[in-house]
Amino acid sequence: MTDQNIAQMAHLMRRAGFGASRDELERRIELGYEATVDELLNPGDQDAVDIYEFLRYYPLWWKPGTMGGLGHAPWVWRMINTKAPLQEKLCLFYHQLFATGVAKVDHYDEIEDMIGSFRELGMGKYKDLLMAVAQSPAMIYWLDNHENHADSVNENWGRELLELFTMGVGNYTETDVRECSRAFTGWTLKHKLPRFHMGRWDWDYEFRPDDHDYGEKTFLGHTGNFDGEEIIDIVLSKPATSAFIARHLYSFFVADEHQVPAWSVTPPNDPVAVQFIADALVESDYHIGTVLRKIFNSDFFKEAKFKRVKNPAEVVIGTLRLVEDTERPAPETMKWASQIGFMGQELLNPPSVEGWHSGVEWINSGTLMKRTNFVAEMISDLSRPGVVKIIDRIKSSGSDPGAVVDACLDVMGPLDIPNESRNELLDHARQLGEFDWDDDRPEQGGAAKLTEILQLVVSLREYQFA
Amino acid sequence: MTSLLENGTNGTGTTDDPVIVVLQLTGGNDYMNTVVPYNDPLYRDYRPIVNVSEEDVLVLDDEFGLHPTMGPIQDMYKDGNVAIIHGVGYENSPRSHFRSMDIWHTCEPDKLGTEGWLGRVVRELDPDKENVVTAVSMGPALFRALVAPNVPVATVENIDSYGLLTDITPQEKLDRVLVRYQRMYSPAIGSGPVMDYLGQTGLDALEGAEILNVAPEKYSSTVEYADSSIGNKLKGIAQVHLAGLGSRVFYCDHGSFDTHADQLGTHHKLWSQVSQAIRDFFDDLEEHDAADNMVMFLFSEFGRRVYDNGSGTDHGAGGVCIAIGKGVKGGMYGQYPSTKAKDLDQGDLVPDLDFRSVYTSLVEDWLGLDPVPIVGGTFENPGFIEK
Repeated sequence: MTDQNIAQMAHLMRRAGFGASRDELERRIELGYEATVDELLNPGDQDAVDIYEFLRYYPLWWKPGTMGGLGHAPWVWRMINTKAPLQEKLCLFYHQLFATGVAKVDHYDEIEDMIGSFRELGMGKYKDLLMAVAQSPAMIYWLDNHENHADSVNENWGRELLELFTMGVGNYTETDVRECSRAFTGWTLKHKLPRFHMGRWDWDYEFRPDDHDYGEKTFLGHTGNFDGEEIIDIVLSKPATSAFIARHLYSFFVADEHQVPAWSVTPPNDPVAVQFIADALVESDYHIGTVLRKIFNSDFFKEAKFKRVKNPAEVVIGTLRLVEDTERPAPETMKWASQIGFMGQELLNPPSVEGWHSGVEWINSGTLMKRTNFVAEMISDLSRPGVVKIIDRIKSSGSDPGAVVDACLDVMGPLDIPNESRNELLDHARQLGEFDWDDDRPEQGGAAKLTEILQLVVSLREYQFA
Repeated sequence: MTSLLENGTNGTGTTDDPVIVVLQLTGGNDYMNTVVPYNDPLYRDYRPIVNVSEEDVLVLDDEFGLHPTMGPIQDMYKDGNVAIIHGVGYENSPRSHFRSMDIWHTCEPDKLGTEGWLGRVVRELDPDKENVVTAVSMGPALFRALVAPNVPVATVENIDSYGLLTDITPQEKLDRVLVRYQRMYSPAIGSGPVMDYLGQTGLDALEGAEILNVAPEKYSSTVEYADSSIGNKLKGIAQVHLAGLGSRVFYCDHGSFDTHADQLGTHHKLWSQVSQAIRDFFDDLEEHDAADNMVMFLFSEFGRRVYDNGSGTDHGAGGVCIAIGKGVKGGMYGQYPSTKAKDLDQGDLVPDLDFRSVYTSLVEDWLGLDPVPIVGGTFENPGFIEK
């Protein structure tokens, strides 16, 4: 029998974090649901991870002059081990929204710094985030704003600011794109230092007044000598922006939506919920932490269990947090980081500025295979303390195949699956025979049989959802 | 478990059936520096920096030439096996990568399309889903062009290690688990389109792996593909094609062609890789006498702006498509859009040929299907396929 408190807390932790062990869920239920939301939103000043531990193993990651090859592994290590899971989850959200990739930027540190600003500002005002992104060297280079000059406008950043980061297609004209781009002329990079033998120097933002177009601009019906910040203020005053950001929050935290390019032509699946979020954005002057608190405490959120297909980072990070023994930044960290890419989400290298298509589009025959293979391998690794804890919990339910199957479904979710699927697991468990926990033979013993059932559980269709 | 191969689930196709490879140039390939109007004085006015010099251009005729890296394609053009289709696009280009790519993939310029045109092709080619590898996409992504309800597509990142739960040993245990997996993913259990899709995808993965695993084992060739991601993808496609598994539609992409800045170097590198990979691919097929039924089709979501921006070019409208293969009637099709300033739309070449016309030739004349339901209407057929 599924405990509803456990199911609700597990849902919150899957969405506001990367899932939680049963021990952690039980501890959080003692604390209470709303108090847990508050704790997630106020991680405090304790170190989320000990980055010096990482540097002990990878000293060349010390800036400046990081050696290539670590890629997104340091961030993945942070996500796996953080004590502030919502903070990292938000980084993932913003990385999807402000998708920026090394395929062009060719400088991991700069994109990592951008992720760092998401970590620092992510729960605050959206305007501060937009300003940080507009002045992020990685973004400037990614969308060519260093080529956006007073006398020759490059529209790349100006267009994507409107199309992807604020309003969505169809809410502005080509003239608005042009005028917006003019306002960001001179928002550029300081002259870059050449690479040195130990790696690369940091890039820096610089405003160059001599390359800024101070002329009058007419943008979305407003006329004035706008610069970039004023453009951002105008954009944030438009209902299209709150509706668009609300839809992003809904689709990442609540339930799968249509893909972003369809939003200009298809209404939201749950217009009432999206309007609720949009109103919360406007009322709080776009304070994301305030809006998230309202979302997590809302009924539409609580009722949206398993309404999202897990993205690959959630699959990999969630699995590793469950199986444990991940604190040491071993070479495995690199392997795990690349798994996320094999499943279709190469972090710090999105396919385009639009980010990744999400929801059911994460799943194709190739990625489903990768997801299943990775989780099944980890969950059957008896050397991992988290796996041992799972097995110990299941053991306490007895040796009857039916009880073992139900205990597996409970501990791995709790998962609510159709009877037909449960019957398949039950048939399989019966076929394996009695679960004798004193029999520790590696292939026929109780634990071996149990991991076979666990592998089937994580192969279920239902396990692909969060 | 019983072998799906022995059950005869592959083999709907024979080696004579027409096969298509779509190579998507992701990011917006610069038409004007791919097929260069090298005798048009306006070209050099518009492109003071981001241009191909007259001495470097690979001449096709007295008006047009190819980018200097496209030697292999120039050779095939001279052999009469390359069609260059000018000025392709659609009205009111949004100049957005994502929207534009969606439009090319779904053939729906005015509303959201949920089905891909090649997904519909696959459904027509194999209506009873007898072969789950009728369509094979090389690379990690599943392109929307291939997506249609109940149409299986094998998405293969690495053909050498393709399989489900491959770390379970011994074989007896793996077989037992895979039989159960097959039952858990059976259609009887699904409820709703998402669960049905996942169920079908799981079954397709299981079956596709078993079929595709034979391709690298059967393959041998003297052709050594140049080392690039597009070279690896086309090699994988050649392996599957040569294994005779009945695959009819292949898809892959290369990029990013989104050259807002530093275009000269980037565009040069990308087209070197693409041209060499195409040369290797057709050499490989020729060596195995398996090139006659293969047409390759190249497109990009849009061309780029006529004026350069000092270092690159911004998003534009009209672009170029290229079809390659013995089934292609070589030559130029359509009109290069006028480069006169008064004829440009917001600084862009105005496409004169709808992209669905180009698809019409491929669907009707190459694949032998009724193009109207696939491309969503009746469009003039430019006729670049041999009949």
